[in-house]
This record gives sequence, structure tokens and C-alpha cells, in this order.
Amino acid sequence: MLSTRRFKRLLPLMLLLSQSITLSLANEWTGNLSAETRGFAEKATLTDQSQFYGSISLHPEYYHEWENGVQSLTASVFARKSFQNESRSHIDLRELYWTFVSEDWELRVGVRKIFWGVTESQHLVDIVNQTDFVESFDGEEKLGQPMVNLAWIQDWGTLDLFILTGFRQREFPSSDARLRTELVINSDEALYESDQEKSHIDFAIRYSHVLGDWDIGLSLFYGTSREPRFELVNAGSNVKLVPYYDIINQTGLDVQATLENWLWKAESIYRNGMGENYIATTFGLEYSFYDIASTGLDIGLVTEHLYDSRQSTATNAFENDLMLGLRFALNDTQSTEALAGIIQDIDGEATVLSLEANRRIGDQIKITLEGYLFSHTDNQDLLYSFRNDDYVQLELGYFF
Amino acid sequence: MKKQIPLVLVTGFLLFNLPFNVFANTAEERGLAIAKEIDRRDTGWDDQKATLVMTLRNKHGDETNRENRMSSMEVKGEGDRSLIIFDTPKDVKGTAFLSHTHALESDDQWLLLPALKRVKRVSSSNKSGPFMGSEFAYEDISSQEVEKYSYKYLKDEVINGRDAFVIERFPAYKKSGYKRQLVWVDKEYYQPLKIDFYDRKNSHLKTLAYHDYKQYLGKYWRTSRMEMENHQTGKSTTLTWKKYEFKTGLKNRDFNKNALKRAR
Repeated sequence: MLSTRRFKRLLPLMLLLSQSITLSLANEWTGNLSAETRGFAEKATLTDQSQFYGSISLHPEYYHEWENGVQSLTASVFARKSFQNESRSHIDLRELYWTFVSEDWELRVGVRKIFWGVTESQHLVDIVNQTDFVESFDGEEKLGQPMVNLAWIQDWGTLDLFILTGFRQREFPSSDARLRTELVINSDEALYESDQEKSHIDFAIRYSHVLGDWDIGLSLFYGTSREPRFELVNAGSNVKLVPYYDIINQTGLDVQATLENWLWKAESIYRNGMGENYIATTFGLEYSFYDIASTGLDIGLVTEHLYDSRQSTATNAFENDLMLGLRFALNDTQSTEALAGIIQDIDGEATVLSLEANRRIGDQIKITLEGYLFSHTDNQDLLYSFRNDDYVQLELGYFF
Repeated sequence: MKKQIPLVLVTGFLLFNLPFNVFANTAEERGLAIAKEIDRRDTGWDDQKATLVMTLRNKHGDETNRENRMSSMEVKGEGDRSLIIFDTPKDVKGTAFLSHTHALESDDQWLLLPALKRVKRVSSSNKSGPFMGSEFAYEDISSQEVEKYSYKYLKDEVINGRDAFVIERFPAYKKSGYKRQLVWVDKEYYQPLKIDFYDRKNSHLKTLAYHDYKQYLGKYWRTSRMEMENHQTGKSTTLTWKKYEFKTGLKNRDFNKNALKRAR
């Protein structure tokens, strides 16, 4: 089984960590343990799927620094056990890296998670880490990526060089999962443009700088696309989908202007090597009302336009869509927050509604409520296979 | 031959009298002179580190604690820079907040969200909202530049057995939650002993009392405990400062986006 194989690979690293713990005093363990239950409103579209899903997850993190913070070691592992969904039971080494900080450069070697970009609805520019697709279908969760990263920090900006050693393939939901394509995607048989397959070494450069109210980032990527295309493969009487990973070049730009209560955001990519060359953009605005009527309540209005020049042949569902969001923060002792959003296809009729709310209970427990609603998804839309997958999810997390 | 007064004596006389120099005639001039003297005496510490514990208390007296670490540095001709790292509550542990203060322009602020590894530039227009669910607003704990207010000297008064000036100050920056503040300034420390905050409707909103001043490096006075009481909600917050360190060698480079990304 895939998960046990990964666990065996992690074992020596865990032993290494436990040794360094006994030697040092400054080591720090944190993390969380969570229980989650998800209920679907409608009957399953496909066989094998369930109505209710339950799972538990553990996410320990370790940090140790020495030489007054000049050198440090960071590690974190994410593991989930799902009781109804085989593919969602997984373990991943999110981080295990060494950092060396000098006067104007920083070196990091190991498995890391990094984030590039400014927009909320999708993350076009953010290409270094593979999406953890079995953990979350919205693309917010990422797998750890092995790398060597040198950051050069100057008055004129920061230049980050990345050598990405080893490709992490995307895992897809098994047949017992909801929120999946009708045909099960077989990631074990993934195909690659490069003969080196998963061991192809990828490269990335990012320049970022702050100029007054403007935060800008410019990035170049060459290597295996994190996002696959799919090939239909006939296997006897069955047809299955197999991911195909192209070698791509991607240029990305992300900009945010922070002007009083306004945030102006834009992300744009130009990608070649994956079918036709294309451009995709997200352009967004955010306006916040703070401390409304001196109650401490903040309300933020967010809108973003999502565009993909490939239109109907786009590999994601957002080729010309509009997102509207409403953010609430009570700024109370329990840090109560909520985010409601809607993504509407401008050309078609597909609508995705989402709600997420969370609140702390006591000092160490957090409760999170999440809901998704998919409506008017016609059979031309990539979201069609989610048409009966409206759900509500409740999560209780214990933080230590 | 005319006897000349030595120049050294003249400048010495002027320096000695700086806070009450001959130009400070009106109440406004005297108020400003006191504010400038507070600033002058608190210059030259270069950088400082401290831990702070916030004790949040609701009107029933239930308490909850928030632990943070804060470092800051002086920037000549500009506002201070500061970095706050949250240690508890555990679900926000590792969240860090970087701020570049400006006197009258809006501050530059970034937030590190550790779970997403994401650094977000955030609007600094939220001046009056609660900081971490406490009774302190962002504007109460951010760097107090002279230009942020206009001033008026009111009177001298003895408070808790200490001689103090009482000055009134009016926010000159946008989006303040206050119409005015009354500040009791200790004549020896040149630091506040008490501040009364009046909301935009000019009703008494909060009182902040400073306790247990200690002197560091033989020069800089720092409070060990701040008590903020909200008269309108009955809630209160205690800020306890510990482990002050000065001139630790922090640089610009410790207060940029890269530093925020590796804040622990």
C-alpha cells in the first residue's frame, strides 16, 4: 500500500529527529489532532460512494535552532485516517529542511512548502508544490517538495533560486470517494513527457520586492507541470483515466497594491508546453470595513475575475468566472471568523457556493464548519461530476 | 570692554531648559514641547526585545492569556519597525505581524499565516479595532511618533504620589477611534502614567494605567505592567512585559518580508 510505503521511507528521518531531540534543549514540538465528519445532502451519483464520511488527522511539527537562529531544522508530517475513503487515508512529509541564514542570503535544503501569490479564489502563480488533491479538492492543501533554495536579499529586492529535486505526482480520489470524476483516475500509471519521469529536476527563479504600497513578484518555472492532462486508456472492458505530465515553461506575475481600505490584486501566468500556449489571470479587489460601529466587527468584500485563454478546453473549471466573497471577523476572544463565497461561470450557468466559519473553544480547541453547494452544473462543465456532492463538514481540532 | 557670556554657558542654559524653553508660551507649544522631550529622551535604544502576556478579562472576571514576543527597532527620520510573534493560543501559534510605522502616512503591515506559509500584505486602516481580542486597539500599541497628535498642556498634577504634567492630545492620523486622550506624563521618567481615552462621541471609553517602571541601560524607562479598562463594556486587559533586552544588534534585515517568513 502506498501509505505504508511512504511511512517506511519516513521512519529513518523520524529516528534521526528523535536523536537530535535528546541532544538539544531548544527543540519545540507543536501541532494538532483533528476529527472531521462530512455529510452529503444528496444520494451518491456513483456506486461505492457513501453518504457520510469520518476521519481523524494528526499534524505534528518540530523546530530546532542553534547558533542563535543562524541554523535551524524544521519538520512536519501530515497523516489522515479516513474510515470510508481509501485514498484519503494518507501520510505526507510536508517539511524536513535545514536553514542557514547569513547577512544577505539564506540557504534551505530539504522538503518544503512554499507559497507564491496574492489572490484568494485560485493560485495560478503558486507552482512549486504539488496540490494535495485527496486532502482537499479546492487546491489549498499542498504536498512537500524536495528542493535546494538560495535566497539573495538585496535593497533592490529578493532573488530566490530553486532546484526542485524530484517530482511529487498528484494523487486522485479512489472509487469510494465523493467529489471525484466519473472515471477513476489511476495515478499509479501516470505518464510523463520526460524519460526521467519523476526524477526530472525542475528549476524556478522568483524575484520579489516591496515598492511603497506595492508588493510584486515575478517568477519563471521550467519542469514537470504540477497539473496533469488526462489520457483515456482502454484496459480490457474498462476505460480509465491516466494522468499525463508535460514539461512546461511558465512565467508568472503577481501584484498587490494596498491602498487604505482597498486591496488591488492581480496574478497572471503564461504557460507553454501543455497543449496550446495559454494565458490565465485572476484580477481581484477587496474592500474592508473595520471596527463597525465600534463593535470590533470587520467585514470584507472580495471580488475576483478568473480567466483562462483556452476557454472551453481549459484544464480547470474557471475559464471565465466571477467570484464574490464576504469575510467576517468578530475580533472577539474566541477569534470568530466566517467566509462566504460564490463562484459563478459567466458563460455557462455553473454556480459554486461555499461557507467556512470557525471559532475557538477554550484555549486549545477550534471548531470549523464548512459547506459547499454545486448548482446548475451542466454536462459541459468540469464541475458536472460534483452535481450531487453538496456537503456540510464539521471539524474539531485540538492544538498543542 | 564688554564682558561676553561664554558660549558654552549659553548652550548649556538652553539645553537645560529644553522642555520649557522660552518659545513654549501657549498651551499648545508647551504640550508639543513635552511630547518632543518624551521622544528625545526615548531615542537611541536602537532595538529592543521583550515578551508580553496579555490577560483578557470579561465583565464576569473570566480570564484568558495570550503570549507574544515582540522585537522593534528605531529608524532615523521614520517610524519604528516591529515584529510580533504569537505563541498562544496554540491554534494561531507562529502567526507573526510585521509593521513599518510612519508618522502620518499609513503604516505598512504584513501578516504571516504559518499553516499556509503565506505572507499577506494587510491594510493598516484598522486602527481602532481590538488587537487579538483585547481591549487594546492597534493604535494603542503601535509606535507613538510625535507627529501623530496635536497637543495641549493642561496642568501639573500629583498622581499616585508622583509629579506629572497633564496633556491633552488629538489624533492627527486618519481612522482613529478617539476624539482625544488625556495623558499624565511622569516628570522624572518622561513616560505616561495614565491615559484616558475618549471615543469619537467624546465619551470616556477606556483608561490605561502604567505600573512598575524600571530603568534600562541607565536611561530608558519601561513599564512592567499596563492595565487597560473599558468603561463601556466592563472588560479589561492586563499587559505584562518581561525579559526586556536592548541593543541586541537587530537590523533592517530583521524587519522585512524575508524575516517575517522565517519568524518563529
